[in-house]
Amino acid sequence: MSFKFDVNRFSIAVTELIRKVATELPTDVVQAMETARDNEEKGSPANSVLSYMLQNVNVAKENSTPICQDTGTNIYFITIPEGVSLRKIESAIVDATRVATEKTYLRPNAVDSVTGKNSGDNTGIMAPYFHYEEWDEPTIKVELMLKGGGCENVSDQYKLPDSRLKADRNLDGVYKCIIDAINNAQGLGCAPGVAGIGIGGDRASGMIIAKKQLFRKLTDKNPDPELEKLENRLYTDLNKLGIGPMGFGGLTTMLGVKIGAAHRLPASFFVSLAYSCWADRRNTMLYTESEVSYD
Amino acid sequence: MININLPISESDIRKLKVGDEVSLNGIMLTGRDEAHSWMFKEKPDELREFLKDTVIYHCGPIVKKVNDEWHFVAAGPTTSIREEPYQGQVIKEYGIRGVMGKGGMGEKTLQALNENGSVYLHAVGGAATLQAQTVKKVHGVIKLEEFGVPEALWIIEVEDFQAVVTMDSHGNSLHKEIKAASDKVADELIGI
Repeated sequence: MSFKFDVNRFSIAVTELIRKVATELPTDVVQAMETARDNEEKGSPANSVLSYMLQNVNVAKENSTPICQDTGTNIYFITIPEGVSLRKIESAIVDATRVATEKTYLRPNAVDSVTGKNSGDNTGIMAPYFHYEEWDEPTIKVELMLKGGGCENVSDQYKLPDSRLKADRNLDGVYKCIIDAINNAQGLGCAPGVAGIGIGGDRASGMIIAKKQLFRKLTDKNPDPELEKLENRLYTDLNKLGIGPMGFGGLTTMLGVKIGAAHRLPASFFVSLAYSCWADRRNTMLYTESEVSYD
Repeated sequence: MININLPISESDIRKLKVGDEVSLNGIMLTGRDEAHSWMFKEKPDELREFLKDTVIYHCGPIVKKVNDEWHFVAAGPTTSIREEPYQGQVIKEYGIRGVMGKGGMGEKTLQALNENGSVYLHAVGGAATLQAQTVKKVHGVIKLEEFGVPEALWIIEVEDFQAVVTMDSHGNSLHKEIKAASDKVADELIGI
């Protein structure tokens, strides 16, 4: 079986994917925001901030303009059928990224770390960046997340044990790290946020697991009952912190908590937090030889 | 909602208190990381006329050029705390009356707000399309080539740009209060 890959058609489909992610907030996130708004006391700063955010979401979608000016790191998780060229995929996505920048779906966001020069078109070393997997379906799956800098800056990584937090190398230790990290974040990551958490792995794979959690729908259920329990416990307790939308105080500090785990070395126990702002911009494109769909 | 026309006097700014909701009208300047480092180190004179008695907005916008005129497409606030090492001195050097961004700032800035007669204004993060619609005219841009679009200093005229005073000129900070309360809850949950 060989997949007929049309670079031009694929690039156009990815440009549309970028536009959707930048300008349309996923339905499950909108619903969580609406519930949060209705839970907050009428007339409170938390209530009015959430209303303003939702109003912005509507106008951004209508006008097809970015929800947030920080269109972030463009992170791609791509799943391909056997035999599709990764180089062709990357080159098509790089082209789509340039077009999307020109159309102002994306802010020019790639700065050369050595010279300080902005490339102007969102392309550069590891920009955008890609993770690949292979599957048996005759479909290319492209998951895209635009992850803003404010929430990336409050993301964090702990190693257990941690004597300050009295945190041991177990799930209770993980719990303590996340309470600490979200408290440190305050409103800086544009609360209410979504916590993507990776337990274990090494410093890089742990963070990849954490970021992958952010693709999960807020309404889904963790297949691992232990992790599901921890997700629920953290979600309830993090919302007791009182940080609230934008750190103005309130009942809603987090919209969701999603946890994944990877095997670790006997010597290492990392806890990685990928914090997403409320503008949790993600979408999944399914691309076949004849059809394209987005969700 | 308190209407504020820029430029604004010290005595009017000192009337504002934490929690006040304001609507900004008039000309202000965007400036973020590169701009603050530049103002701190080199104190460029060319910026004085654009900063005196007005607002500096921590924002890296998305812009569009149509028929030789710049337009703001998306323009929400960026995280202000990164400017903490520079902000206090910059406020005093240029006589800035308002610093606008998100997330609040620290002790050094709070002290400068008090000494100079200035406030910190909190805009809603991620509400960039609505905020860009309040930008009625782009009067110019400074350091575009060198700093790039997000980091350049954009001279903008806004109408009804909404924000909340979260740090005032009397030493009050909403961010300090919220943090103190959440620290207490966090310590109890963690058991330390």
